[in-house]
Amino acid sequence: MGNPMKIRASVKDGVTEVKVLMQHEMETGLRKEADGTLVPAWFITEVKAQHQGRTVLEAQYGQSISKNPYLLFRFKGGAVGEKVTVTWMDNKGDTRTDEAAIAA
Amino acid sequence: MNTSRLTRMILVLALAASGAAQAADDSASDSDKIEAYREMISDGNPAEFDEMRGEELWKKPAGPKNASLEKCDLGKGAGVVKGAYAALPRYFKDTKKVQDLESRLLTCMTTLQGIPEADITAKPFASDKKPSDISSLATYVVGQSKGMKMAVSTKHPKEKEAYEIGKRIFNYRAGPYDFACSTCHATSDVRIRMQDLPNFNVKADAQSAYSSWPAYRVSQGLTRSFQWRLNDCFRQQRFPEPKFASEATVALTMYLAVSANGADYAGPGLKR
Ligand code: HEC
Repeated sequence: MGNPMKIRASVKDGVTEVKVLMQHEMETGLRKEADGTLVPAWFITEVKAQHQGRTVLEAQYGQSISKNPYLLFRFKGGAVGEKVTVTWMDNKGDTRTDEAAIAA
Repeated sequence: MNTSRLTRMILVLALAASGAAQAADDSASDSDKIEAYREMISDGNPAEFDEMRGEELWKKPAGPKNASLEKCDLGKGAGVVKGAYAALPRYFKDTKKVQDLESRLLTCMTTLQGIPEADITAKPFASDKKPSDISSLATYVVGQSKGMKMAVSTKHPKEKEAYEIGKRIFNYRAGPYDFACSTCHATSDVRIRMQDLPNFNVKADAQSAYSSWPAYRVSQGLTRSFQWRLNDCFRQQRFPEPKFASEATVALTMYLAVSANGADYAGPGLKR
């Protein structure tokens, strides 16, 4: 199920700016415990953002992205009160979707 | 030490810097780059997740007494969280002690919730494996003082005494390297590796350093409390590990907090 994201979206001059903070361990699969055992890979592989049902961003994520990733992007359009939805999927098949209303 | 995280952070730093700096100035110093990186992610401080966790813990009944911490008095009256951190440490009548936020939380968790003190102090700091309740609670409480002026009192004789003890500890040289806090933190414009060292004898430095803790450490992927900050600096000083929430750590916190009085509290912060 994953932990909730924090999403902030605001529109200015016809451009919506979206800031997303995700909660994820983003383990590379290369790190070892003190006793030498490998910490299994566990990271987000895909991120998708939609505005009123229209996909405005698709991204492939990988091991080089830090724990608790932060994403900032802009798209043309959007109006106050409309919804932006963000979904991530990870390499274990887990997924999480959160949404936020666009503010002024 | 979690090297893969550090490497990735440096990569992110490099990316952030290449975006921001290329157009403007290729010679931007490392601390400028860190500043640019901080600016970029200022709206995305993962400490917020720890604040959320702390708020839940504050409100949820727990411990043998199955009580929440909503009756905990942090100095502004039972249950008042807003602005409490901006006036800590302070003297508390019930314990007859000067307490910082974490030692006060410890009092509340033991008295209101009945959790044995040793259960809390055995592992007071978060790790990769396990978050720390007392540390998350602290993150929540400090967040409720964001933007407020630091105003720590030394009116009570015990408060004054703690301040004086803290000052002495700050300047007390000992250990295998004969270091004091002041060895690293009483000279301006010096650094270790890429870290600028705040000079606590300079008001502006003391203010920006103190008011940005607790903080999310990107290199560790964890939100760190002020007790942790002191603990780690005692380690850098090659001193014995201080006891969590001990009188000495509270006194030192008192000294640093008073030095930062007048600052707009800006935590929880974000550090490399
Ligand atoms: C060997 C040098 C050294 C000694 C001694 C030392 N520190 Fe530090 N201190 C550092 C370094 C380096 C940093 C920055 C750490 C980082 O960014 O990883 C730091 C950071 C800090 C900070 C946070 C500053 C900020 O702006 O984030 C505080 C507060 C602090 N030290 C307090 C103390 C106290 C109190 C003592 C004495 C118990 C002490 N230090 C002893 C090296 C030292």
